[in-house]
Amino acid sequence: MLQFSLRKKLYFFIYWLQEIGEKLFVILQETGGTFILLVDTIKSFLSTPLRWKETLNQMQKCGVKSFPLVFLTAIFTGMVLALQSAYQLKKFSALQFTADLVSLSITRELGPVLTAMVVAGRVGAGMTAELGTMKVTEQIDALKSLATDPVRYLVVPRVVACFFMLFILTVYADFIGIAGGYIVSIFKLGISSDQYINRLFIALFPKDVFTGLIKAFAFGLVVSIVGCFYGFRAKGGAEGVGLATTMSVVVSLITIIVLDTFFTAIFYFIG
Amino acid sequence: MATHELVRKETPFAIEGVKLTKSFGDLVVLDEMNIQIRRGETMVIIGRSGVGKSVFLKLIEGILRPDSGDVIVDGVTINNLDEEVLNLVRKKVGMLFQGSALFDSLTVGENVGFALFEEKQLPRPQILEKVRDKLKLVGLSGIESLDPAELSGGMRKRVGLARAICNDPEIILYDEPTTGLDPITADSINDLIVRMKQKLNVTAVVVTHDMTSAYKVGDRIAMLYDGKIVGIGTPDEIKNSKDPVIHQFITGSAVGPITDKSRYLINSENHNSH
Ligand SMILES: Nc1ncnc2c1ncn2[C@@H]1O[C@H](COP(=O)(O)OP(=O)(O)O)[C@@H](O)[C@H]1O
Ligand SMILES: [Mg+2]
Repeated sequence: MLQFSLRKKLYFFIYWLQEIGEKLFVILQETGGTFILLVDTIKSFLSTPLRWKETLNQMQKCGVKSFPLVFLTAIFTGMVLALQSAYQLKKFSALQFTADLVSLSITRELGPVLTAMVVAGRVGAGMTAELGTMKVTEQIDALKSLATDPVRYLVVPRVVACFFMLFILTVYADFIGIAGGYIVSIFKLGISSDQYINRLFIALFPKDVFTGLIKAFAFGLVVSIVGCFYGFRAKGGAEGVGLATTMSVVVSLITIIVLDTFFTAIFYFIG
Repeated sequence: MATHELVRKETPFAIEGVKLTKSFGDLVVLDEMNIQIRRGETMVIIGRSGVGKSVFLKLIEGILRPDSGDVIVDGVTINNLDEEVLNLVRKKVGMLFQGSALFDSLTVGENVGFALFEEKQLPRPQILEKVRDKLKLVGLSGIESLDPAELSGGMRKRVGLARAICNDPEIILYDEPTTGLDPITADSINDLIVRMKQKLNVTAVVVTHDMTSAYKVGDRIAMLYDGKIVGIGTPDEIKNSKDPVIHQFITGSAVGPITDKSRYLINSENHNSH
């Protein structure tokens, strides 16, 4: 009896190990696949002429149309940051440093990260859904049968567009976020306009803005490559496309957060 | 390993499959399948859904690659060519997909002329004229500016065919061209397949489980079952075949050697034994 239950436990344990192994295998496979797609995309970008019209079209779709959403996210973030910093700074009678905290947090961290997350949800998901639908309706196969490389035709324009637009959107988010902080500081905290702007110029170094923008470029690649990768992997009809879209957004968000930590650490240690 | 050269040997066959094996995970779809398709003939491949008919066509187009065995198209072994060289072979092969697979972000005209627009060899007016010609050949006109979503199933198939023949391929692959169409539209598609062969003098591979269509368009018919070609012959030979598998399939009977492998089905023999 005892032996029986022991054996059962052993089986259960092996089964459990197998489950974990399979999950790990899938994660490795997908990470590898994403890197291969990235390399293929760069190769294709360097060796074939860019499809300008489609790239501009994608910039319009993924960039220009994201401005309102980025505006809302950034302005509220700036306002909340100002209020939260003031709450702490007041204790030290250091209210004028609100501008420092807002501008540094926005340019170094929240501007790029929040913009990337908004774009991952809006644009990355859209890419996966579109390419996924093309995959399950055999349109990707049809491209190949017409001697057209799907990476060159579909992926390169999207990646190039996302790469540049996320950069521009981040610059925009930086401005709007700082403006949000400004509004709260002037109207609610009693900081003067001159004071806020003065502190901005003292506190912000070009380095702060640059590190943020380097992040933006990396996130642009992540969102678009992950979006396209999961689109190409979709199978089995509408449900499969939905599943791929969810996966794409989840993987994008996690990658953005992990990469952000990584970059922040590097910038911290190299000064 | 990927090869960069196009090595072509003379052969009387437009398409050859030699010991083709293809599996997805544990599922073995094609299992050392052999087939030889002569130049200029229309070969119909019949078989149940899920038997691997589409997979076979995708192997010919180089969309999928076999796990082992050779795919030889017009004397060129394509299974280990790299994409760029493979594209040269693909230009000789046009494919009509099961669901037509029209690009829904493009108009009908852009769909039909896709390969030519991408190639950028011909000036635009000439491409547009070719598009008009091909649409006319499949019995359509004046629909270049429509969206694919506006078309009926039969029209989509015709547009898909016009796209497949736009750069004058030597081989046309049809994936279930009549499935999902009403009998009258289906018959007009059959006529179209016969007409393509007469007018363009092409080799055709038609995959279907519609026997009416198979008898009408096929010079020869091959049956794919359990990963292999189990019988091949002229329509008459197939009709009179004594092979129980072929006989069961062409008569559409539930009783015979072909059974549903699904474990959710209760063995029906107990029920209709009397
Ligand atoms: N890309 C793929 N990945 C995994 N399985 C596939 C893929 N393509 C086809 N299959 C499987 O191979 C089998 C044969 O498919 P297919 O050739 O489409 O059948 P049919 O004869 O109906 O055209 C099916 O069971 C299908 O699920
Ligand atoms: Mg099929």
